[in-house]
Amino acid sequence: MNPPGKKLSMFGELRKNRMAYLLALPAALYTLVFGYLTMPYMIIAFQKFNYKTGIFGSPWVGLDNFRFFFASPRAWQITWTTIKLNMLFIIVGTVCALILAILFNELRSRLFSKVTQSTILFPHFLSWVVVSYIVYSIFSTEFGIANRLLAFLDMQSINWYASPEYWTAILVGANVWKDIGISLVIYLAAITGIDGSYYEAARIDGASRWQLIRHITLPLLMPTISILSLLALGKIMYGSFDMIYAIVKDNGLLYPTTDVIDTYVFRSLRNIGNPAQAMAIGLYQAIVGFILVFGSNLLVRKINPDNALF
Amino acid sequence: MATNRLFNSLNNVFITLVSLACTLPMLLVLMVSFTDERAIQRNGYQLWPEQFSFDAYNLLLLGSTPLYQSYMISIIITVVGTAIAVLITGLAGYTLSSSHLRYRNHLAVFFFITMVFNTGIVPWYLISTGLGLRNTIWALIIPTLLFNPFNLFLVRNYMRQIPQSLTEAARIDGAGDAFIAFRIFFPLSLPVLATITLFYGISYWNNWFNAIMLVDRESLYPLQYLLFKLNSEISMIQSMQSTMDLGINAVLPSESVKMATAILTIGPIVLFYPFLQKYFIKGLLIGSVKE
Repeated sequence: MNPPGKKLSMFGELRKNRMAYLLALPAALYTLVFGYLTMPYMIIAFQKFNYKTGIFGSPWVGLDNFRFFFASPRAWQITWTTIKLNMLFIIVGTVCALILAILFNELRSRLFSKVTQSTILFPHFLSWVVVSYIVYSIFSTEFGIANRLLAFLDMQSINWYASPEYWTAILVGANVWKDIGISLVIYLAAITGIDGSYYEAARIDGASRWQLIRHITLPLLMPTISILSLLALGKIMYGSFDMIYAIVKDNGLLYPTTDVIDTYVFRSLRNIGNPAQAMAIGLYQAIVGFILVFGSNLLVRKINPDNALF
Repeated sequence: MATNRLFNSLNNVFITLVSLACTLPMLLVLMVSFTDERAIQRNGYQLWPEQFSFDAYNLLLLGSTPLYQSYMISIIITVVGTAIAVLITGLAGYTLSSSHLRYRNHLAVFFFITMVFNTGIVPWYLISTGLGLRNTIWALIIPTLLFNPFNLFLVRNYMRQIPQSLTEAARIDGAGDAFIAFRIFFPLSLPVLATITLFYGISYWNNWFNAIMLVDRESLYPLQYLLFKLNSEISMIQSMQSTMDLGINAVLPSESVKMATAILTIGPIVLFYPFLQKYFIKGLLIGSVKE
């Protein structure tokens, strides 16, 4: 106990509580190595990087890596695919989860609600590799359920894994299927948290079920909706590598609608073996992502400060 | 009231359909894993097989397959990785929540910055290889040790609610920070520690990114990565068969083997699901509902 009014020096504070600070050391070391020490590596985006010479000995090439990337038409295609897919994930996912949460809230039987919630949440715990098998079992050209259904309806079978036009819908479907349970749980909790007296008062005034939802439930859910969407927006330039690479792999036929920045970066790094170029794209990804988060947060704060993230 | 009853029953029907849509695709995979290969060749995948067969499981469980090896790897990385991750997250959470530390918030900012500023996979890859982790089991554990610093803040926020009077009393009795962390804070924070155990455990079990980035040796493939490879490399299944005699006119059960592997991968998740669901929802709600 130090005397009142007298502050310990920084060294004194660290020494006095050294055990307490030491307890955080392992986590801090990890964050230092895999967080802070990764930052200097970003400069290889401006180098002709060589594994042997490292970041200090590789020659500088200015913006060549960026030029190479942006010169190819693929640059815009993968950027657009990344943003489009993520926007669809957010919009379709949110709308589906909201509808489902509102319907769940109307359920009378607690048991029924519990059991169905469990089944809807379950896919979230599967890995994308397992989900890729599920997608395959539906859309496999030879054996898949989808083609059997088409045959049953006397329609021509489709070579799904060679037809990029269907994959935006399939990926959005897979994403909603896997993760809707999570948003459902969150929205349902938010709805349950709404003060029941609002509904009672409105009911006495003769409000219909739809009016209750439209004028009470939805407005009161807005903060939760906007926070979840903003968090998702923060990852809009990151194309869920796990999902897309597990499902599509290196199937070039599907690239026009499925290739995103993350899979492209992965291929430049691992298949082509050009870390400098991969880093340049990664840097572009980080900067645009950063701008989008701050931009959209600014926008939300302008409309309603309570709904903003920061 | 009649419209009300109509609405309720329609609602029940709709929600039943949605939960069926979440279950049936998995059921399809399960059924295919039990289907005779020739029946698959004839009819494609079916929800109710024309001819049942255990060939795939026979091959996977009794043949000399990489399955057991991969199962071991997955269990090791999940158990060891989760244990280390929970320990260091819990300890750091204690430090960040201790109000008697002047620099606790500086430390929090130190952790928070890496949370919002993601440098991507390239530096991560170069550091991991630089540390010599390539093709070792640590490659599957260390580079993703703190998957998400979000867990750290979850623990800190929970520990903050533990009343200061408890620690003050212990401190007067001469207890140090390590003692207080392990003997007072950890036991009182069991719910949040259970939640992050789950978060970490699931992430490790389902992780195949580290393997695709840092591992080439088949003996180190975790289960998810084996499954990933199985789909594209039929030779892996062929090599399984050569070690096992399925009879003269046997067909290689390649389709059902793939699906059976997927089912065996899900196994532990199904087993832990009741526990998982309970603590997962708890953690989700602590973390996401704005107060």
